[in-house]
Amino acid sequence: MGELRLMKGNEAIGEAAIRAGVDGYFGYPITPQSEIIEYLMAEKPHERTGMVVLQAESEVASINMVYGAAATGKKAMTTSSSPGVSLMMEGLSYCAGAEIPCVVVNVVRGGPGLGTIQPSQADYFQATKGGGHGDYRLIVLAPASVQEMSDFVKLAFHLAFKYRNPVMILSDGVIGQMMEKVELFEPIPRWTEEEITRLSPWATTGKTKNRERNIITSLDLDPARHEKHNIKLQEKYAKIVENEVLCEKINCDDAEYLIVAYGCSARIAQKTLDLARAKGIKLGLLRAITLWPFPTKPIQELLGHIKGILTCELSAGQMVEDVRLAVGNNIPVKHYGRMGGMLFTPDEILHVLEQKIIGG
Amino acid sequence: MRSEDIIRPENLVYKKTPLMTDNILSYCPGCGHGTAHRIIMETIDEMGLQENTIGVCPVGCSVLAYDFMNIDMQQAAHGRAPALATGIKRTWPHRLVFTYQGDGDLAAIGTNETIHACNRGENFTIIFINNGIYGMTGGQMAPTTLVGMKTSTSPYGRDVHRMGFPLKITELVAQLPGTWFVTRQAVHTPATVRKAKKAIRTAFEAQRDNKGGTTFIEIVSNCNSGWKMRPVESNKWMEENMFPFYPLGDIKVEGKLVK
Repeated sequence: MGELRLMKGNEAIGEAAIRAGVDGYFGYPITPQSEIIEYLMAEKPHERTGMVVLQAESEVASINMVYGAAATGKKAMTTSSSPGVSLMMEGLSYCAGAEIPCVVVNVVRGGPGLGTIQPSQADYFQATKGGGHGDYRLIVLAPASVQEMSDFVKLAFHLAFKYRNPVMILSDGVIGQMMEKVELFEPIPRWTEEEITRLSPWATTGKTKNRERNIITSLDLDPARHEKHNIKLQEKYAKIVENEVLCEKINCDDAEYLIVAYGCSARIAQKTLDLARAKGIKLGLLRAITLWPFPTKPIQELLGHIKGILTCELSAGQMVEDVRLAVGNNIPVKHYGRMGGMLFTPDEILHVLEQKIIGG
Repeated sequence: MRSEDIIRPENLVYKKTPLMTDNILSYCPGCGHGTAHRIIMETIDEMGLQENTIGVCPVGCSVLAYDFMNIDMQQAAHGRAPALATGIKRTWPHRLVFTYQGDGDLAAIGTNETIHACNRGENFTIIFINNGIYGMTGGQMAPTTLVGMKTSTSPYGRDVHRMGFPLKITELVAQLPGTWFVTRQAVHTPATVRKAKKAIRTAFEAQRDNKGGTTFIEIVSNCNSGWKMRPVESNKWMEENMFPFYPLGDIKVEGKLVK
């Protein structure tokens, strides 16, 4: 068993970064995730592993520092919250275009604009549908516990390097701020320079006599070549859809009704299952872990016995669109959300389920 | 005597550095970029640092610099080169890292990244080509466009009341304690090319020896297409109009202001 600690979600991200063998963290403070950079600075990772932690002058600079370091084959990451992540969208589009493996954590707060510092899930569209310009996808992981805040950092780097693609951990203000027991994974040593050149032969580590120069760019002015590059990206995304979908099914085997949720909403909805079962309603929960690729197939596999679906999100209804795409018009799919930092309760969800789905 | 007999290795006094590729330069004939590229690559070759160098070229005319420089390179978003270079240098402190940026890139959209990288004293070299105009996008006004200078977005000449003043960003970064060597050079005559190359060597040596600060080289250059002049005419115009406002020479040496 790994080391057990009581930690904030944000602190777990920081500790996991050190243990995952990250070479460079470049970030900028913003509520509700500033504890990540505070934790990292306090932990002196340069002494523990040699990891670089730098407070950048802006979110724009942080993501581009990540680009620079990650393009050399180093493990690089940044973290921010909604308005800061908006500023990173240019950089993320470049990272996707240039196929840079890197990790970005978004501890979501309420928007649009400056919004509020309270939790929200309204950045789903931005994370899963683009945000930056061009045809690209981020792999998006949605933790629902402090344990997953830690575990997903390791998983995110694994996926980032496996596919040479940016990975976003889409968390929220609840998971970032709450404290839970977490079992920390064993530290992974940082890659040596020899390992980097072997594992990432594409990286700009300095042109040796044995190879052609390496160029990291997202530019190709030749339209035919650039289309080819885009097709290659799309083929990569198709492979990710095929191989990397993650979700958790709770009480789904005999369920007649289904809640689809992720992150803190899934934590709240889990309690609704007990309340529903006590009333004789066969309710299941499908918790999306990867938001992109979305668990389309796992939802479709349940359709034989499901009469209606309620999605619970802290937004005006974003993920519900992906559920509707998966389900089509066969059964009712309704959304229930709160905004502006307001949360729903398990009773509230059950009430809406009874009104909108069972009664509706 | 046939020309083949004359062009023999023992007779050669100058040859192309292997650190420049054989690709045909995409810059306009008469532009200073080609010369600037060459002296940077010659210096890296002479210092034996090809295997240890990572360059960053962002958006603008130099966006394709990696086609011509035979080293590992990254292409950055507009203005973000100093941030990329920070990420590279912080995680590979023993590599030689440089950015190659134009005035729109470095002094407009990238002012923030430029100032803060210099203020942190990041140990890399910024090479700043200042031709007072946006070359690639078709000759629009830059932060460095001279007062009264006509561009496609200042067609009656830059008017300071409506368009503000030309930005002397090199003098500005020289004020920051993080910069170690700040100089302004040119590459339009053999004498200026030699001086500019010496400045590049000074900067790269300071970086290699970890003297403790950012090294910053402005190269005032022409843009004969953007200025709508013949190459020779543009060089003369540069001497008469750019150099009085952007005087050549060292501004900061070994961390101390010299003028």
